Amino acid sequence: MSKSLLIKLMAVAWVVFVPFAAQAQNKGLENPRSTAFHGELEGKNVVFLPLSMGFDLTEGWAAKMRQQAERLNYNFEIRDPAWSTDAGTRALQSLIGEKPDLIVAHNPDIQSYARLLARAQAEGIKVIQINLESNTQTDSYVGADWTEIGQQAALAVVDRCAEGKGVSSKVAIDTGVPTAASDVFQLDGIYRVLDQHPEIEVVSQQATEYNPEKARAIMETVLQQHPDLCGAIGIWDNQDTGTASAIQQAGKGDQVFLVTSGGGNMVGCENVSKGLFSLYISYNVPLQGDILNAEIARLLRSDADAGEMKAMYFNPLTLITKDDVNQRNCWTLEDLQ
Amino acid sequence: MRSLAPGPASLVKSQEGIVFLLALLAFLAFALFLPAFFSAGNLLTLVRSVSILGILALGMALVVVGRGIDVSMVATMVVSVSWAFALSRSGYPLEVALLIGAGFALLTGIIIGFAVAVGEVPPIFATLAAGSIIYGLGRTFFFTLEMQNVPPGEDWFALIGQGRILGIPVTVVAFAMLCFVAHILLSRTRFGWQLYAMGNNPEAAKITGVPFRPMVVAQYAISAFVAFGAGLILASSASAINARLYNSTFIYDILLVVVLGGIGLNGGHGKIRNVILGTMFVGILLNGMTIMNIPFTVQNLVKGVVLLFAIIIDSLVNPRDEQTSQQGDL
Repeated sequence: MSKSLLIKLMAVAWVVFVPFAAQAQNKGLENPRSTAFHGELEGKNVVFLPLSMGFDLTEGWAAKMRQQAERLNYNFEIRDPAWSTDAGTRALQSLIGEKPDLIVAHNPDIQSYARLLARAQAEGIKVIQINLESNTQTDSYVGADWTEIGQQAALAVVDRCAEGKGVSSKVAIDTGVPTAASDVFQLDGIYRVLDQHPEIEVVSQQATEYNPEKARAIMETVLQQHPDLCGAIGIWDNQDTGTASAIQQAGKGDQVFLVTSGGGNMVGCENVSKGLFSLYISYNVPLQGDILNAEIARLLRSDADAGEMKAMYFNPLTLITKDDVNQRNCWTLEDLQ
Repeated sequence: MRSLAPGPASLVKSQEGIVFLLALLAFLAFALFLPAFFSAGNLLTLVRSVSILGILALGMALVVVGRGIDVSMVATMVVSVSWAFALSRSGYPLEVALLIGAGFALLTGIIIGFAVAVGEVPPIFATLAAGSIIYGLGRTFFFTLEMQNVPPGEDWFALIGQGRILGIPVTVVAFAMLCFVAHILLSRTRFGWQLYAMGNNPEAAKITGVPFRPMVVAQYAISAFVAFGAGLILASSASAINARLYNSTFIYDILLVVVLGGIGLNGGHGKIRNVILGTMFVGILLNGMTIMNIPFTVQNLVKGVVLLFAIIIDSLVNPRDEQTSQQGDL
């Protein structure tokens, strides 16, 4: 073979093969885990059983879950019992028959769904509980630690109303309905702290049924009886708009330190900016939605049987005061959709 | 006609009298044993806290006197006002949005009235169904979030529920004025007389020329409009309205006031002073129990027992007979 032919051949080889090699390099490496992640969940069925749709928390989580369902091509469905524990129980029973791959359950109280959730897992359906627990621990719980919220709220009030700090040591507590996880665990948290501070006097502990007008009437009456009230703990921002309204109308906005908690919706944040809430403990719905999505993906991909491995995560809380009302801490439903 | 100031002997013979004595007793007991109960501030708070309930009870009373019942009032109230707020947040001026809300309330009242008057559906079923339809419509088409804060930047709106006239909350003044208007309506106008006639004996009223169907439609239109007005005051005083109120026991509280005050559910009798009496009794109980810090479940128990007690007395004092009982009677 002459030298020139060899050179020609090499030139041809270079022209022919080098572009292929270069192309292979530009295309990178296939990640088998990515292909699996995006393909494996296709066609799975996830059902969300909220307390009710139509309020900031459930709408927020649903928006997040829907996004992931679209991204990863699984079916996402909502069964809305519209605040009825009965309807919720029936929905859960029929779901056990329908056998979806995963149920995301939002418990109306710690008892009602407990057995049914255990049964669903026995039938092979994986169960995540969101923000409100039941007595049964399932595959996963994502949400707030209500005891921690109660402790934080009580600590903030103690800080303001301990002996010699506020106008008095009188504190009022507005609860929602007495059987929800948010109430029972939060009250435990509150009293864990208050029991350490016997000087704090709880002058009123009343249920508002989450109704802002009832919360307003209760606070108005309490302020008549105890004009020197120093602090108030409300159990949910949606109702405490009324509590705050009574405090403002009595002209005691600067005197009564009002702590409440909620999902961090802009509506609650607006009330912080307006000075209606002194401290707003947010359990951050967008963050909960992200963790929820991670748990959904993890459980759907996991080979473990339903109920075999129990996990839980109490998400961190954000303490919002007038200075922290911003895009990062507060959200609107439009942001999430 | 009973005299306005019945003697002590006749007091215990009527349900109204018994409730009056009970209310007086509760009032005196609270005034004696609870510090600061009997103060001008607390008494105003007491009246104010039940004024909205009283206003709704006025609307309910008009319907009940005409032998009807409207259990859709709470649904109409929350949906019409929440929708108005949602519209306002989406860009409509608040005034226009409120007019649309008022129009919606009136329309639902008229449709219910037609169902009862023309469709001859028993009022309890017509309004029960209407309540869930109204709420369902609201939740599905009018607003996504049940909790609606008063739209920002409308300071005048706060005056409805938070302002004071000569030191008296506007809410209380509104209740007093509506009581006066309703009293005149019932006792001095043809509408009022015909309402009593319809409640007493619907068949006789039809024969004697009462415009039966238009009267029924008017009753439900009035109660729906009253519900809208009460909703405005409620939203303004608490700076927010929660549509979830529809799922609460609020409608039973309204009925409690009406029945407790002595307006029989079989229609045809009862005056505005009965509504005032019922409202005040509930107000005294709620205020006293809140001051005493009685737990929620016990408060509900007390309310339930009092309602049962009032209904039993009602059926003893106003016994059912062939003339008064009919289909659809509660």
